[in-house]
Amino acid sequence: MTRQIHPLDKHLRLERIPTLYCPGCGLGIALGALLRALDKRISEGTINPDKVLWVGGIGCSSRMVFYVNYDAAHVIHGRAIPFALGAVLANPDLLAIVTGGDGDIAGIGGNHLIHAARRNVDMIVLMFTNFVYAMTGGQVAPTTPRGVSTTTTPRGNPEYPVNAVKLVGSLNANYVARASVTTPHYIEQFFYKALGMRGFRFIEIVSTCPEIYGRHIGLRDPVEMYSELRKRVKYKHKPSLEKAEIDWEKGIVIGEFVERSNPSLIEILKGVRS
Amino acid sequence: MRKTFASGNMAIAEGALTAGLKFYAGYPITPSSEIMEYLAEKLPEYGGVLIQMEDEIASINAVIGASWAGAKAMTATSGPGFSLMAEAIGLAIITETPLVVVNVMRAGPSTGVPTKTSQSDVLQARWMSHGDYIIPVYSPWSVQEAYDLTIKAFNTAELLRTPVVVLSDAVIAHLWEPLTLMERGDVEIVNRKTPVDPTGEPYPPYKPDPDLVPPMPLFGRGFKVLVESLIHDERGFYSPRDDGYRSLVKRISLKVLKRLDYVYEQDARFTEDADVLLVSYGSTARSTYLATIELRKQGVKAGFLRLKTLWPLDDDRIRKTSNARKIIVVENNIGKIYLDIDRIFKDREVYPSPVLSLELPTPRDVLEAVEPWL
Repeated sequence: MTRQIHPLDKHLRLERIPTLYCPGCGLGIALGALLRALDKRISEGTINPDKVLWVGGIGCSSRMVFYVNYDAAHVIHGRAIPFALGAVLANPDLLAIVTGGDGDIAGIGGNHLIHAARRNVDMIVLMFTNFVYAMTGGQVAPTTPRGVSTTTTPRGNPEYPVNAVKLVGSLNANYVARASVTTPHYIEQFFYKALGMRGFRFIEIVSTCPEIYGRHIGLRDPVEMYSELRKRVKYKHKPSLEKAEIDWEKGIVIGEFVERSNPSLIEILKGVRS
Repeated sequence: MRKTFASGNMAIAEGALTAGLKFYAGYPITPSSEIMEYLAEKLPEYGGVLIQMEDEIASINAVIGASWAGAKAMTATSGPGFSLMAEAIGLAIITETPLVVVNVMRAGPSTGVPTKTSQSDVLQARWMSHGDYIIPVYSPWSVQEAYDLTIKAFNTAELLRTPVVVLSDAVIAHLWEPLTLMERGDVEIVNRKTPVDPTGEPYPPYKPDPDLVPPMPLFGRGFKVLVESLIHDERGFYSPRDDGYRSLVKRISLKVLKRLDYVYEQDARFTEDADVLLVSYGSTARSTYLATIELRKQGVKAGFLRLKTLWPLDDDRIRKTSNARKIIVVENNIGKIYLDIDRIFKDREVYPSPVLSLELPTPRDVLEAVEPWL
């Protein structure tokens, strides 16, 4: 057995560490924060680790699921949400955590995101926004700001990006929040709260990708990119959805935008609430 | 045992309930929708869950997730939806997920003729997803057999940890015939092997027993399961090396072939003295059978072979079915199963008799299609 050297090691499949994440990638910061929140819930006895299920599609952040020492599924591109839906409806004791990038969740998987939020189905979706398709080498993403040159928009992105927080918040999700890898304490706090709720919970985590996205916007240095993101991130206390700006020029608003206690799909199906 | 009168779509739904269905996800599409409608009414009474998803892609992925959570799970669709499911059926194959997909065939390509029949998806059902594999495909010719083969499809899926396809068609779907339903104690029901209690260490979900089928650890029981879409080792870790890739891809095919005796079923009649063997399957076989009887009345020594299992075929058993000099394959498509029958009987005269018909081909249609080869 590998010797345990970090307090979060028990949450990891240590034989798979180190991760494939590039030096300077923000995903490690995010994973650390997520595991601290989960660890707290487990030590409080409010979550049974045997019932935790991580599901990821395709992309750097989707791969998080096979680094954690839980039941996990690394499935096909964009389909983590319906896979998780099937699992929790078949066994409502499961706590499903879906991880994925903005391309996986809001691009190819966008239709599933909409309908899972509409259904208020019991799962947590963590969407890591790095503004680019990173694993495939730097193509335009649905979150890429206008004008940014990528490998598939060499003359600049002509399209408007999606604001997933506004999209999901307009539906029937019980929790919608946004944090940033520059504010790991909020990732931990929001995820901790989401872990204690029912229904559809969505957290967008803005992340840094100096290796691929940094190359496109001239911020190739990880520290510089992290600092530039930190300058743009503004925390607001329970802001309205209208305030959910995510714009490299105007700023990125983080916080808890939606908190509802609508009956979840499983609660309705079980007849606990209607 | 209970006698009733039902359509083919109802029979498939009843077969799934007898087999122990607990999760159904689907999307409406003609001519399969009655399967979902019937189960929407009945499945909750059997302690199961049914959900109409946003599309067929979501449906099949939800079915895979449900199967790993321990439920016997299925979906049903028709051509366009079946095409959308292709990628995820590959996920079910490589993760060795037991489930049943029903394709009620209609005429294609594309939107085709939604309300009319066809047998044009037989090769699609065999290799619809990319990559190398073999998955079982069953083809019923009657309402009773739609029921029986659906139970068999679930049993095969559970026995071999694989997705299984039931290929019905618009004729069988809306055909009403007497149906005998079985109680669960009266019919063999197979349940997947699962490992014994968790040890706290992650359980290798792809470590095969001698029958090449790995016991299936389920979510929520402490096994720390890793469902992996990438080519993986026995633990579920990504493994892009030749040796691991070869052994995995060979095993997922061999585990099916090893149980060919169980998977492959056929129905042979008048074959002892046959000079001419008519090979057919599904709804078209109903007319081919009547055509065979008609030919025998006319003095032609005709035999009849009906494939209940379309894939994998049992080459030896098919070859030994008959010594007929001429083999004629009658199917409602441009001649697809013919390609394999021609391969199997390579030393004899094998002819395609495609009957492209939006309705059930009549025995007369079949006789006309067969005549040029007699």
